Amino acid sequence: MVRYENIGKSYEGYPAVSHISFEVGEGELFGLIGPDGAGKSTLFRILTTVLLPDEGHCFFDGHDVVKDYKYVRRNVGYMPGRFSLYQDLSVIENLEFFATIFQTPIEENYDLIKDVYKQLKPFEDRRAGALSGGMKQKLALSCALIHRPKVLVLDEPTFGVDAVSRKEFWDMLKNLKSKGVTILVSTPYMDEASLCDRVALIQNGQILMVDTPEGIIRRFDKRMYAIQTQRIYQALNALQEMYDWQAYSFGQEIHLYAPETIDPSSLTDRLKAMGIEDVSVSLGEPEIEDCFMDLMVSSNIAENAE
Amino acid sequence: MRILKYLLRKEFQQILRDRGMLPIIFVVPVFQLVILTYAADFELKNIKYVIVDRDRSQESERLLARFNSSKNFHNMGERTDFKDGMEALDRNQATLLVRIPNGFSRDLQKEKNATIMLDVNSIDGQAASLSYTYASEIIRKFNDEIAMEWNGLPQKASFPVEVKTRYWFNPEMEYKNLMVPGILAMLVTMVGMFLSSMNVVREKEIGTIEQINVTPVSKIAFLTGKLTPFWILSIFELSFGLVIGKLLFDIPLSGSLGLLYGFTAVYLLVILGLGLLISTMADTQQQAMFLSWFFMVIFILMSGLFTPIENMPVWAQKLTLLNPIAYIVKVIRAVLLKGSTFADIKNDFIVMAGFAVVILSMAVYNYKKRA
Repeated sequence: MVRYENIGKSYEGYPAVSHISFEVGEGELFGLIGPDGAGKSTLFRILTTVLLPDEGHCFFDGHDVVKDYKYVRRNVGYMPGRFSLYQDLSVIENLEFFATIFQTPIEENYDLIKDVYKQLKPFEDRRAGALSGGMKQKLALSCALIHRPKVLVLDEPTFGVDAVSRKEFWDMLKNLKSKGVTILVSTPYMDEASLCDRVALIQNGQILMVDTPEGIIRRFDKRMYAIQTQRIYQALNALQEMYDWQAYSFGQEIHLYAPETIDPSSLTDRLKAMGIEDVSVSLGEPEIEDCFMDLMVSSNIAENAE
Repeated sequence: MRILKYLLRKEFQQILRDRGMLPIIFVVPVFQLVILTYAADFELKNIKYVIVDRDRSQESERLLARFNSSKNFHNMGERTDFKDGMEALDRNQATLLVRIPNGFSRDLQKEKNATIMLDVNSIDGQAASLSYTYASEIIRKFNDEIAMEWNGLPQKASFPVEVKTRYWFNPEMEYKNLMVPGILAMLVTMVGMFLSSMNVVREKEIGTIEQINVTPVSKIAFLTGKLTPFWILSIFELSFGLVIGKLLFDIPLSGSLGLLYGFTAVYLLVILGLGLLISTMADTQQQAMFLSWFFMVIFILMSGLFTPIENMPVWAQKLTLLNPIAYIVKVIRAVLLKGSTFADIKNDFIVMAGFAVVILSMAVYNYKKRA
């Protein structure tokens, strides 16, 4: 449905993305995961025809996005990272506005947005600017869907949204997917990767890996040890002294990525000997976040070495 | 067409919902017309002058009496010598110094020719030239009188032609009749230019343009939707200003109002196009504001509204040919005061239409849905 072929784009001589190639299948929920400034928005803006690529080609439903931009604009639903509806128009006025621009009556595609919009219904006459963050999100999604797009492109839709609204939002996306909409979504939150069918991990304008969440976990070539302690900071320092490996804190525990097998109990003893008494170490199941942390740091190290 | 209709509705909704808009539409014109018309009066009354009379003759007294009785001049007293007189100018106690040298009366009688000197404070060039003109007029009359008396009879021989002045199209030299039409032009321009220059850039700033750019709406439809409301608003401003001008200042409406509206309609395309061009070039509303001010100030100062274009150096006069405000000021005055017809302002119409085509094309070209 969407295909990037060797796409590159620079801003004032600095490459934002380079040699990007990947494909998104029809009906897929595809995630673009990466930190701020990785180039996610650039890729989406090229796809949605507001940005011209310097090199490479991008295809939307078989149409070149540069040559056949009109086709793309008729068939894409785009939700930019910034809330970009008219804050001084009411909820219903915004929806009507976008429906009119696409020359489609609201009723015709109402079934598609019904689940999203029904929560907004009580606030129809409220100005968009006066809505809460989560509500704005839903309105933006409704407006992006009103013309029944073939592909929905969402740029960091959950950025800065609370945990409950985030979950709700992903449920809505799954629902849309079941109605046959192809969805491209970007997010800086790695835990959201597991909610996608496939994800691309992007960093510094380059794709590190494209796979299903399970595939990415399968590719993890290290062992993950979970270290539980109240004294995270001291434990991290101690681990850094002992090994040349990566270790990160995830909430209440530390994840240590070991290229070789170690004995959990002997590590426990060594840490205790260093004054971290409440520690316990166990071999854990790596999650997608572990894979990303590992991938991102190794690629950074490789890049710096060049 | 349906899209355009809806775009228009949306723009109007947004404009009317903006709380700052109503005062701008209704208060600004009243203020501008009332304050500027009264304040920017060029007629000079009570020009302060000082006298240094070293002659102290009958003739010098007579000349000075003429100054005293003029409503344009206000006597600030006599100074004993020229140095004191100059000091009064330096200290801003007076604008004009009348020096009558020793021997004025004698020269006048013997040589039939005497000299006096006028020193004018010329920091304000316009006031200075007016003061000088008024003073010359007094001295000329004094000359005539003396000449008549001494030659015993009215000197029709030496003054065969008498000049009588009538100020055509504005017989009473009513300053407001000149100002109100000019300020109307300025008003229409300001509303049109500022509003249109702020609009597209505002969508850029709040990010809504990004969403619009991804939609199939054509750029022509989008921009037409943007400009039409301001066009209508500006036309409304003109009507509102005309009503105030008529009610408050009783300005003459000699020519056809239809013609006036027709020309303004075309003129507004130029101004709105310029605002739009600014808006597409600027990244922030601040930049747009500065750019519009830049154009406004130059256009207004070089429009002939305050300083007659004929007073400008030749190169500046040539430049005003590119200044749309100069055309509208001229046309509004011509139609309202002189009753000019379409045939009289046909050339201005053609030039304005040309401007409109060029500016609008540039603005449309410069607005890009893709970066």
